[in-house]
Amino acid sequence: MVAAGDEIVTGRRSRFRRALSNGPVAVFLILMGLFWMTPTFGLFVSSFRSAADSTTSGWWTVFSEPRQLTLEPYERLLSNDSLMTALFNTAKITIPASLLVVLVAALAAYAFAWIDFRGREPMFLLVIALLVVPLQMALIPVARLFGNVGLFGTVWAAIVFHVAFGLPFAIFLLRNFFIGIPHELLEAARIDGASEWAIFSKIVLPLGMPAIASLLIFQFLWTWNDLLVGLVFTDQSSAPITVFIRDQLRQFSSNLDVIAPAAFISMIVPLIVFFAFQRYFVQGLLAGSIK
Amino acid sequence: MASSAADVRPAVGPQSGETNLQRPPGAAKRWLALLFLAPALFLLGAIVVYPTIDTIAQSFQDDTTRSFVGLDNYQRAAQSDTIVTAIKNNAIWVLSAPAIITSLGLMFAVLTERVKFATAIKIIVFMPMAISFLATGVIWRVTMYEPSPELGLLNAVIGKASEVTGGAGGYPTARVLPDAPVEQVASGAVVVREPLEAGGTALVGLTAIAEGDVPADAVQAVDAEAPQDGLAVVVWRDFKPGGGEAGVVEDGEVGLPGAEVQVLDSSGEVVASDVTAADGTVTFEGLGEGPFTPQVAASTFSEGFTGIRWLGADLVTPAIIAAFCWMWGGFALVVIGAGLSALPRDVLEAARVDGANEWQTFRHVTFPLLAPVLGVVFVTMVINVLKIFDIILMAPGASQDEANVIALEMYRSAFTSRQYGLGSVIAVLIFVLVIPIMILNIRRFRRED
Repeated sequence: MVAAGDEIVTGRRSRFRRALSNGPVAVFLILMGLFWMTPTFGLFVSSFRSAADSTTSGWWTVFSEPRQLTLEPYERLLSNDSLMTALFNTAKITIPASLLVVLVAALAAYAFAWIDFRGREPMFLLVIALLVVPLQMALIPVARLFGNVGLFGTVWAAIVFHVAFGLPFAIFLLRNFFIGIPHELLEAARIDGASEWAIFSKIVLPLGMPAIASLLIFQFLWTWNDLLVGLVFTDQSSAPITVFIRDQLRQFSSNLDVIAPAAFISMIVPLIVFFAFQRYFVQGLLAGSIK
Repeated sequence: MASSAADVRPAVGPQSGETNLQRPPGAAKRWLALLFLAPALFLLGAIVVYPTIDTIAQSFQDDTTRSFVGLDNYQRAAQSDTIVTAIKNNAIWVLSAPAIITSLGLMFAVLTERVKFATAIKIIVFMPMAISFLATGVIWRVTMYEPSPELGLLNAVIGKASEVTGGAGGYPTARVLPDAPVEQVASGAVVVREPLEAGGTALVGLTAIAEGDVPADAVQAVDAEAPQDGLAVVVWRDFKPGGGEAGVVEDGEVGLPGAEVQVLDSSGEVVASDVTAADGTVTFEGLGEGPFTPQVAASTFSEGFTGIRWLGADLVTPAIIAAFCWMWGGFALVVIGAGLSALPRDVLEAARVDGANEWQTFRHVTFPLLAPVLGVVFVTMVINVLKIFDIILMAPGASQDEANVIALEMYRSAFTSRQYGLGSVIAVLIFVLVIPIMILNIRRFRRED
């Protein structure tokens, strides 16, 4: 009895102590959270200030002078044809590139997971080896190749490159997911005489949706945020928004009123995707964090 | 995922011989597999595998004719200062960023477990992951790293802090006239040329002070009367519109309040100090005989904090690394957090019941159990950092060479100066650096499967 009573007391005491020590932890985490938000918030505020205000005072002065806030930078950007073209190009590259990676990788992943063929193991090891190949290794020859086949300077050059370099990770992720689908389901379908294509499209794809969603989001963000591929393979008419911002960045201080809203516009879509599909994004990260 | 597949397969083992009869025979299966694999194999072959081999070949070849040149390109790379700087910077990156990010993630993961608003913190810290490297660079450059304390938040905060601990004087622009009875010495202080006996008045006329820098409470300067056993000092703006006589306190010339005046004895010791009043005067009593040398202290003319050049040549790499850590801290938090919540609770509880305190539990139980996850985060960051590219572009043109890294130099060599051989050498270098990680991945896969 006495021992049990003691236990309760110490239990209560340690809980009390933990609550006490959690006070500073909470304060610290709140401060860190505020600090982490500050840069993004600062850019958001900066994007609503005029060129004149941006060059004479810090963005935080809007708190004392809220009348600085203006839609003018955005109005100017929206009427800026080269920016709108670049934003549109980013979408034209990102959407097909993301969908194609998923489609091509799902087909391959199905073969790796469920078709028993000779050479499967070494081939899949090759895919794993390709996971970490830096895309710098391919830039020069592929630029030549695209030049020869007339793709260079088009959005398709960027799309094809993104798809190819997205494949190793995509195949790896999907194969690992597909292989976890209960064997009986597939065997039953095979006995019923379903074709491999039917099994793939009617059973594996629907069951693989969680992994496919993760992959799609991951690929979308990766492609949307890319600069290097756009810089190498696109020209003025097909360049994505990151290339536009980079060009602005070269003659910087004079055009903060263009850069801040342009950067913010480029962030809006990934941020929406991030907040809407956060769960899948995290799953994708956890599944493939060796890339 | 892999383990669940392993669970399933043996269970259906006895049936597989039977179902094999219904499946297409070996050769046909191979064709079928090839059909499913064809698009992926074509793309990987044409865009990844073949170009990789071709880049290795190009690294031993002439830029355009592609004739074999042996190790020429490698020698040129080794002799290039820019490439050596880039390699050094990448070494700094590899040695710092992965360790910082892993520790940050671990700290956040452990701490967020103890608070109710863990999810909110995770989302906030994780959010920069959705943003491009380029946007991260822009964000930090625009909001945090501007060199002027007026524009960059970091410098503004430091400036405020240094104002509290001294900081800028009231009259940073003030100068003395060349033939005045006072002179500005190297330390910045304005010193009276001829020492004064007790009862004397020192006139310190200053010029080059903008109207806006004169405090609002300043009034007409007064040629003060000194006490018998002391001194008087007048610090005033020796200027009035339309001229006036230099070195004389005239109507329309205002005193300069807030100037710190020190009185030095003949040995150079400060024997008294005070601050000027609204009319620019300050009097010292009970000093004794003299002679004395009054001076306006250097702090009055100090320019104060003018801003750290975060993206200047000296600090640019650490500054960009900080922005990078801001971006990837959330990744580490989420991955380590997931590892942490998968830890066996009973082991942790057992340690606590055995009387281990929080730190001991962390040090001897949590940390060793988390080691594999920490390893994954660390290795992921190393790969990431070896390929670091876009975020460097936040550095202004002047310091971009100082911040250079191999992936950026690869782009520059190959696509700005069209030196394909040199660019290929750098690409091969990055490739060689990731090969150990490639082997690690393959080994891990073989073990797990």
